[in-house]
Amino acid sequence: MARRQTSEALRARPRTTRRPEHLTEQRARPPIVELRRVTKIYPGGHVGLEHVSLRVDRGEFVFLVGPTGCGKTTLIKTLIRELQPTEGEVLIAGRDIASLPDKKVPQLRRRVGTVFQDYKLLPNRTVYDNVAYALQVIGASRSEIRKKVPDALRLVGLADKVKNYPDQLSGGEQQRLSVARAFVNHPPLLLADEPTGNLDPNTSVGIMQVLYRINRTGTTVVVVTHDREMVDKMRRRVIALDSGRVVRDQAAGTSTPDDESTREFARRVREEMGLDDEDPRY
Amino acid sequence: MGRIFFFIREGLRALRRSAAPSLAAIVTVAVMVLLLGVLIPVLQTANGKTNQVRDQVGLRVFLTDAYSAPEIPQPQIAELQGKLEAIPHVASVQFVNKDQALKELGGQFEEKNQANLITELPGDRNPLPSSFNIQPDDLSNLPGIRAAITPPGANGQPAPISQIIDEVNDSRDEANKITGATSAVRWILGVLSALLLVASLLLVGNTIRLSIYARRREVEVMRLVGATNWFIRWPFMVEGLVCGLVGAGIAIGFLLLGKTVILDPLKNDFNLINSGDTIGFATLALVLLCVAMAVSAMGSGLTLRRFLRI
Repeated sequence: MARRQTSEALRARPRTTRRPEHLTEQRARPPIVELRRVTKIYPGGHVGLEHVSLRVDRGEFVFLVGPTGCGKTTLIKTLIRELQPTEGEVLIAGRDIASLPDKKVPQLRRRVGTVFQDYKLLPNRTVYDNVAYALQVIGASRSEIRKKVPDALRLVGLADKVKNYPDQLSGGEQQRLSVARAFVNHPPLLLADEPTGNLDPNTSVGIMQVLYRINRTGTTVVVVTHDREMVDKMRRRVIALDSGRVVRDQAAGTSTPDDESTREFARRVREEMGLDDEDPRY
Repeated sequence: MGRIFFFIREGLRALRRSAAPSLAAIVTVAVMVLLLGVLIPVLQTANGKTNQVRDQVGLRVFLTDAYSAPEIPQPQIAELQGKLEAIPHVASVQFVNKDQALKELGGQFEEKNQANLITELPGDRNPLPSSFNIQPDDLSNLPGIRAAITPPGANGQPAPISQIIDEVNDSRDEANKITGATSAVRWILGVLSALLLVASLLLVGNTIRLSIYARRREVEVMRLVGATNWFIRWPFMVEGLVCGLVGAGIAIGFLLLGKTVILDPLKNDFNLINSGDTIGFATLALVLLCVAMAVSAMGSGLTLRRFLRI
């Protein structure tokens, strides 16, 4: 009860528009993601993004919200070069990826973990092999694979489902598998496109908890979602898009204690969303 | 090195996990190889037959001893043979006497009728003339040789070089007919087999495309986790290679079966089948195997291309 009162008090505080990247000691290294007046116009004239400029610094946890069709997925796709912007620059770790030759695109994608709403798992591989594939792709040795895959599966709580196939897992489990695959080679940037879009609130908190845990290892996490309630409860930086434009960019991170543990984080979010039963697996 | 084994393992895993499309690919490859395996020897046989006919084309010089005409003395025949052999571009001159001519004619009839042959022919003795068979060194020199044997006389009529020459027969006309017929057959067979080959190539390509299309989402996922195009392509090529190998193996098995069961017993009875210059079975099998593997592996690799565009 006391906790709820505190959080309400915190929410009552005026939100500051100060963005973390303006903190002086972080200015030296280039931001992990920087968009400079990025415009994407689809063939046929539909505008996906319009002059979007934003920066995400290393170690941030950012939500990208907005109604369906506002350009969230377009934005994510431009970050992994699945789409080329019509105009503007997309910089990952200070490098413009629009000028990246096609041959180098796989290298980019290995450094950026991606989680998709529809999981995009390999259906004829076991849980273990799905995660291992991400390492095989980068030419990891067998011993490295044997070491890293169980670690990643333990992180997302799937250590006991190693031999299952994706169609034998629940939606939440499949999504956690997808997170494990995205994170297994510890990319500096993790993108999650509607990771909770198909899941119930309780399972969603579980996924968010995993993402939060990953963020605490130092990985920058960008989560696309239309679940405004969840976003409000998590109190992280929120970038809102509408019709391809940035309409809000709020650094809510200042209002939460930075040293909140994963367990505390999950308990708080669950409590605030009115969910009681905690998943004992985390 | 470890990579190669990884790709082979991946290819075999894909084969195991998607058995139905792989089976379809194997069957189409087998059908294609079977068609090729039948058509190549048939085409070659047709070709060989034409050459054989062309080889037989020559001149036949009939002498004046037909019916009841008196026999020609030996020195005269020898003299003519010498003259004929002296003509440029003549490759060989062969004398066929009356008895041999009768035998040759009899050879075209059934055995039991041969005895009657002589009695049924007019006259009281062998009515067939003796003759010379002349082979040119090249078919195109035939008219020249003919002109040399029967140069045009003073009155414009052909005047043979010897008194004993009755008639000069040119087998070119009938040879041309045979050659024409066989070359028509050859053309038809060639066009048919080309069409079949194209059809089977398209079929194999289509089957491979279907099996890849069924897994296009998988390919998409591989791309999204940062697999390079060749990393994705190699297992598919291994898969195609195995499909080609198995399909060709099945087809070659059937060809061998057909050869031993149907073709070999007939070989002694039919001259047509027994032309020696067709491709050996081992060579044929090897060629077919290589073609099938190359086609299906390359088919896989090329079809994948459209799913690999970034």
